[in-house]
Amino acid sequence: MPDLSMVVNGQNVSGSVEGRTLLVEFLREHLGLTGTHVGCDTSQCGACVVHVDGKAVKACTELAAACDGSKVTTIEGVANGSLHPMQEAFRQHHGLQCGFCTPGMIMAAIDMVNTHGKKLSDDTIRHELEGNICRCTGYHNIVKAIKAGAKKM
Amino acid sequence: MSDSGIGARVPRKEDHRFITGQGNYTDDINLPKQTYAYFVRSPHAHAKLGRINTKAAEAAPGVVAVFTGKDVEADGIGGLICGWMIHSKDGSPMNAGPHPILASGKVRYVGDHVAVVIAESYAEAKAAGELVDVSYKVLPAVVDTATAASAKGSVHDEIPNNTVYNWAIGDEAATDKAFSSAAHVTSIDLVNNRLIPNAMEPRAAIGDYDGGSDSFTLYTTSQNPHVARLVLSAFIGIAPEHKLRVIAPDVGGGFGSKIFIYAEETVCVWASKKVGRPIKWTAGRDEAFLSDAHGRDHVSKAEMAVDGNGKILGLRVKTTANMGAYLSTFASCVPTYLYATLLSGQYNIANIYAEVDAVYTNTAPVDAYRGAGRPEATYLVERIVETAARELGMDPAEFRSKNFVKEYPHQTPVIMCYDSGDYQDSLDKACALIKYDQFAKRRASSKRKGKLRGIGFSTYIEACGIAPSAAVGSLGAGVGLWESAEVRVNPTGNVEVLTGSHSHGQGHETTFAQLVSDRLGIPIDQVEIVHGDTDKVQFGMGTYGSRSGAVGMTAISKALDKVEAKAKKVASHVMEAAEGDIEFKDGSFTVKGTDKAMAFGEVALAAYVAHSFPTDQIEPGLKEGAFHDPANFTFPAGCHICEVEVDPDTGVTEIVDWVAVDDFGNIINPNIVEGQVHGGIAQGVGQALTENAVYDNGTGQLLSGSYMDYCMPRASDFPEFRLGFTVTECPTNPLGIKGCGEAG
Repeated sequence: MPDLSMVVNGQNVSGSVEGRTLLVEFLREHLGLTGTHVGCDTSQCGACVVHVDGKAVKACTELAAACDGSKVTTIEGVANGSLHPMQEAFRQHHGLQCGFCTPGMIMAAIDMVNTHGKKLSDDTIRHELEGNICRCTGYHNIVKAIKAGAKKM
Repeated sequence: MSDSGIGARVPRKEDHRFITGQGNYTDDINLPKQTYAYFVRSPHAHAKLGRINTKAAEAAPGVVAVFTGKDVEADGIGGLICGWMIHSKDGSPMNAGPHPILASGKVRYVGDHVAVVIAESYAEAKAAGELVDVSYKVLPAVVDTATAASAKGSVHDEIPNNTVYNWAIGDEAATDKAFSSAAHVTSIDLVNNRLIPNAMEPRAAIGDYDGGSDSFTLYTTSQNPHVARLVLSAFIGIAPEHKLRVIAPDVGGGFGSKIFIYAEETVCVWASKKVGRPIKWTAGRDEAFLSDAHGRDHVSKAEMAVDGNGKILGLRVKTTANMGAYLSTFASCVPTYLYATLLSGQYNIANIYAEVDAVYTNTAPVDAYRGAGRPEATYLVERIVETAARELGMDPAEFRSKNFVKEYPHQTPVIMCYDSGDYQDSLDKACALIKYDQFAKRRASSKRKGKLRGIGFSTYIEACGIAPSAAVGSLGAGVGLWESAEVRVNPTGNVEVLTGSHSHGQGHETTFAQLVSDRLGIPIDQVEIVHGDTDKVQFGMGTYGSRSGAVGMTAISKALDKVEAKAKKVASHVMEAAEGDIEFKDGSFTVKGTDKAMAFGEVALAAYVAHSFPTDQIEPGLKEGAFHDPANFTFPAGCHICEVEVDPDTGVTEIVDWVAVDDFGNIINPNIVEGQVHGGIAQGVGQALTENAVYDNGTGQLLSGSYMDYCMPRASDFPEFRLGFTVTECPTNPLGIKGCGEAG
């Protein structure tokens, strides 16, 4: 049972986990951060996207032990007093319906802006969303939300 | 229109919890002393079950219990049911084979439930599952839809020809006569391919037995928790209704697949009493592919008779519908009353005759998936209309116009009576939006780039607002399809609405609050919508078939009528005026011809203070309930036009434009309605271009059982959709709404 410690949403956390424990299991089951979701078993759907040391990572495909010493941000940690501009943009542009893919979408969208800057074309957004599946929205309003949210970041 | 009332683009109230990670989905819930279930599933499509040795699994670390079908039978727990009786054309009732929650005697599809292992952790349950030793005698698998009835194997030994029913609708002789006088007959063969619903939240359940009260609680990913409770109680025999609470908290998408009562949640709730601890199960995506009810899977032959002037004279259809290995909860009505009753499309067709054969195969059960039968009808009708127009050398838009229903009400030859619409208007607006008159130029321009350009129309109709209880009862439904609502006004004037509808993405917490805001003149943040818990809401039929607006909101509207009437009584007493002189507008009760006024909140408080009420005339309190049973289905309709460019060298197909002009009647919140259309289009495109559920014809193995193999549509598969609306009000509900959940 490896011991690990990391900073999750600005808080120091530590624990002992089985070696096979995935980062998403550690977040959901050990820390009770259930905003990060599991929608598949092949790293395709992106419902589990979190940031590890500032980069978007699929938490279903990362061992918790491999994140020892890392800084992890989940959907619960992106609002700082008020909503993050990307969260607000998803709300304003009706970029979610059932809400299940939404945390991963928002985390991927913030990473997209960090990587490509605030001026995102529709093509860039649609291409970059390759690893995030939504069944409800047809992506239309997600693209609009990301474009608008990016400008305000 | 107020800024939060009917018709306003209000951002959704529920969004805050979802965008901050505070949604409460079933898998987010953990109970003290919880155990975890793993289902041992059949690796074979069709096999006789021999001995199941559970000893090694029972001895494995962390294992609490292992159960098989024998344990279920010993407890007298019944099988899953199909709630809609269909009779074959010879009058015989459908052949419904047994549907045990853990297999008995045979397994009938890959993924069929053989045993359940319950352990301290999911990892331990799964590891022990590998130790359950099952002996199978493999039998030939029946897989192919078209040939299932003549296949060698029998999915259910007692059911001949793997046939559930041979059903028919319409006047065969009159239709044959129409064909005999036709100038032209168009024939097509169609496959409506099988789909896997893939709501992003996999199904999940927690069963929890409380010995102190001898009662059960089931948390489950359900679109209709009350129906789940009714079935689990009255048919499966888990517990009496008053001893069983079903909670469907936030649900991450349904699209039909979470209407049904499945084996897994039934096992979790039943076994929680046996082990004396809560049992949680959450599907992996692999299990979702194998065991969620699939959709579509029709093979059809259609013929259309047309006269010399391009007028449709008749339609003859023969469809074989694959039901899978067992009849799921509503499976039988999908390819019959939800499909063949829409075969008239938007067209005035005097003669229609359709036969539908439903067959068993060794594949996952098939049931309602977004649209449920109606998209299958639209696909068939629109394909044959398009083909007929081309064969006749007519413009496909003109051929449609010529045959549109133009007067209402319009009785089709297949039960439905269309109440309102203007199909020409939506076609014209869609053609204008996409500049249909300039399509030839665009095609020439594509050609210069070495691309082929095509255009396709769908002028569709749906039957929604499901459904008039008397009508569905006469057609075989086991239940009525009304909806209930209760409006509770608190002493401080805010309002809780309890509804039998269930929101799993549709935004009821916002749209229902908009209705209340509009009617009572209070802000939407003063309105709470309560749903998804059988202990809070007395009863309801849930959400599917675009029924929450037309049926669910009408129930709320009727309850609001009663609240208003009661509040007027209170106001008349407090303001010492005749009840008939009280007027209510914009949240204020006034006495006609005076300046006397009371705000809604003041009347609410007065209703609860009640110090001076003549108790023989006015009861204290302000709470009213209503049930609404619709008089007819609703008939949303519209026109979608899609343009594609195909690279003839590579076959790569790009959707370059999509316009949709839909008539949903009155719209409560355009943001939400547009979102529904976007999602519907994406699911339609998915079926047409990327998605396909494939079983190996020899072995019955699911070949498209993961996101690596089953191609879910991605953001890059779509252009920006361009939407427009027309409005013809629905005459059978006071809100004039038709429903929008199944267009696209």
